[in-house]
Amino acid sequence: MHEIRDNIKISVRGLNFFYGSNQALIDNDIDILKNKVTAVIGPSGCGKSTHLRVYNRIFELYREQKATGTVMLDGENILSPDIDILELRRKVGMIFQKPTPFPMSVYENIAYGLRLHYKLGRDEIFEKVEKALRSAALWDEVKDKLDKPGLALSGGQQQRLCIARAIAVEPEIILMDEPTSAIDPIGTAKIEDLVGELEKKFTIVIVTHNMQQAARISDYTAFFFEGRIIEYGETEQIFTKPANKKTEDYITGRFG
Amino acid sequence: MKKRPVFLRKMTDKMVKVVSIMAAFVGIFLLFWILFEVFMRGFSAFSPKFFMDISLDGENGGIANAIVGTVVITFTAVILGVPAGLLGGIFLSEYGRSSKIGNIIRFSSNVMMGMPSIIIGLFIYSIIVYNMGTFSGFSGAVALAIIMLPVVLRTTEDMLSLVPNSLREAALALGTPRWKVTLNILFRAAKTGLITGVLLATARVSGETAPLLFTALNSYYWPAEPCWQFWQFFSSPTANLTVTINDYAMSPYPGLNSIAWGASLLITFGVLALNISARIFFREEKK
Repeated sequence: MHEIRDNIKISVRGLNFFYGSNQALIDNDIDILKNKVTAVIGPSGCGKSTHLRVYNRIFELYREQKATGTVMLDGENILSPDIDILELRRKVGMIFQKPTPFPMSVYENIAYGLRLHYKLGRDEIFEKVEKALRSAALWDEVKDKLDKPGLALSGGQQQRLCIARAIAVEPEIILMDEPTSAIDPIGTAKIEDLVGELEKKFTIVIVTHNMQQAARISDYTAFFFEGRIIEYGETEQIFTKPANKKTEDYITGRFG
Repeated sequence: MKKRPVFLRKMTDKMVKVVSIMAAFVGIFLLFWILFEVFMRGFSAFSPKFFMDISLDGENGGIANAIVGTVVITFTAVILGVPAGLLGGIFLSEYGRSSKIGNIIRFSSNVMMGMPSIIIGLFIYSIIVYNMGTFSGFSGAVALAIIMLPVVLRTTEDMLSLVPNSLREAALALGTPRWKVTLNILFRAAKTGLITGVLLATARVSGETAPLLFTALNSYYWPAEPCWQFWQFFSSPTANLTVTINDYAMSPYPGLNSIAWGASLLITFGVLALNISARIFFREEKK
């Protein structure tokens, strides 16, 4: 038990979320463990993306969206107004459903984030760009086209470019919001392999619609339904002997 | 139920098609007629003297001072109007999209876009020309900048709004401050649209006459000797192409009439060039 407590990276208590007057999350409690992959599953509209988007406060882009409760990251409540939001977002990277390369070259896509957060010389930036691209298993494919626009890469490559961009600024947590749903099967396999590698250095929370994917790559799984966390535990347990009837119905494909 | 006769329905369909094609051709035909007429009458006025000299004797003159004046006035208007328009557009799209003040600004700039340009000329006359005690190219530039402002503002807003939110989210999620998201990422994504908007706004004001009548006025001379001291236009009436056309076209001297046609040709092609380059820019990016 002590080991678990020491390894908690994110601790969510009483998280409620509102789109205007519409409540999307109800009393979410969850502990995300360090250097593990946590999968978030559930039917469309159950609030899994919404939950993820609280961890880096990206929802604040939209005025009508509001979150209440506490989300402790290393003992600090990230929902507190005193938090440095830019530093929070450096620590908590995010990968989106559709690849979102910036309208600049492959190299600049990664160097941009580096320059944003660190004072670095030209050579150091180059080193770190290369390192990030290698960690994202993309270096060999793009090393000859670093000055080509990021948007000229294939969809799967673009998504790995976004992963490289996120890990370049040395985050602690990586949020992935259905990162492979717009990617072909080969690209998906590469990204799944990559998640296994990244787990050694980062804490990963991944929202997915694909239950095989959740079973393949995650250590822990949370099942969301109608804004509530119905069940949370080790992935194997959730997929082999779920405690809740709803979870069982969902993973056996009876609804969702 | 009785069926409508197929023959009649097909006829109506054809009729509508033919009529609309004809209407479209009227528009195109008028454009080419204007271009043809301006070209035929204006081209004969072109000569080295037309571009290099000014005209005082009523014959065989040139409009070098008006060419320089129009370029300087338009350029100054761009410098005054475009940054304000861009920043206002950023506010509307990024900060005040659905706020009350945003809606007021959006409505006001729509009203301003429809305002007759002569009113803006009179407005500048009463607040700048009257108080400075002299007509000046500068006041003309201010009037043109005011006309440009709402156009640039609304285009900027529209172009930024076209950038998908996913790009904003991606940039913010990396820890980018909001202003850098706008200037480094969104502007880059909307670059062609923004350049097109600025070019079209410039094209529009460079052909304006009415707002210059009360502000820059016109001049048959260089603003100062020697002629390259173009900054003198801040404090004196300044020659410009559109008011020159207005003056010379009504002159009794055929020589001046011809110069007016030449000036018309010049400004028509200038505006056309701006429009075409805007289109080329837009197409480049779409590739």
